[in-house]
Amino acid sequence: MKFRRKSGVESKISTSSMPDIIFMLLIFFMVTTVLREFSGLPVSLPKAERIEKLESKRHTSDIWVSKDGLISIEDKLYASDDVRHVMYEKRASNPQLTVSLKADQDARMEIISDIHNELRKADALKLNYSTKVKAPTQ
Amino acid sequence: MAIRERKGRVGAIPEGGMADIAFLLLVFFLVTTTIDMDKGLGIILPAEGQELEINKKNILNCLISASGAVLLGGEPTEIKDISRKIKEEIRANDKLIISVKAHEKAEYDVYVEVLDQLKLANATRISIAESD
Repeated sequence: MKFRRKSGVESKISTSSMPDIIFMLLIFFMVTTVLREFSGLPVSLPKAERIEKLESKRHTSDIWVSKDGLISIEDKLYASDDVRHVMYEKRASNPQLTVSLKADQDARMEIISDIHNELRKADALKLNYSTKVKAPTQ
Repeated sequence: MAIRERKGRVGAIPEGGMADIAFLLLVFFLVTTTIDMDKGLGIILPAEGQELEINKKNILNCLISASGAVLLGGEPTEIKDISRKIKEEIRANDKLIISVKAHEKAEYDVYVEVLDQLKLANATRISIAESD
């Protein structure tokens, strides 16, 4: 009985292109990362179960509403009547705009419905109530 | 005058440490990147001046009082029962529009919970009424 001879081919992974691969990964991460632009107001978001993810940060504009009724867009405070001008400009420059409303859970509905009206006037109709995840109760 | 002889040294950047440097940068970016996707309840507001006349029997009013109590079609309802009731109502009438109306002193928290319940019941026709 003959034994098959082992072939003498050495298998080695070439490491010379390692830096290229890693640089590519690095560049991928750098390009896809969107840094947080604004710090906003301190809010504790309400919780909900049936939530959706926002598609992209590039098409999202945030409005912060604190429990004292302060409205902040891009780290500037606005009166509720001025929201429409700001949002109108944003909407004009980006028709796919989604507004993410980060309102405190203790905010009054008065200010929320003011913002609804302002957004309707600014024609920014896609709205997302920013919430935290609640574990399903079943 | 003696001309100084050029030294025959060739300047080459060592490439061996390149991978390590790239790895270090990569790890730095991985660590500093926080992936916080925004999550929330999506809704489409009606356009300005787009009020429609809707048959009364296709509307179910959902009122939120200042104290956080919910009236669903005239009956006081616990928040966690809303989705079940809405599901039944939609099964009976698939053209049903749920009109959510909150008192201006009501808390946003309750409003979000009610919207969440409506979404749980797969209600797609939700209308946000003005509080008056």
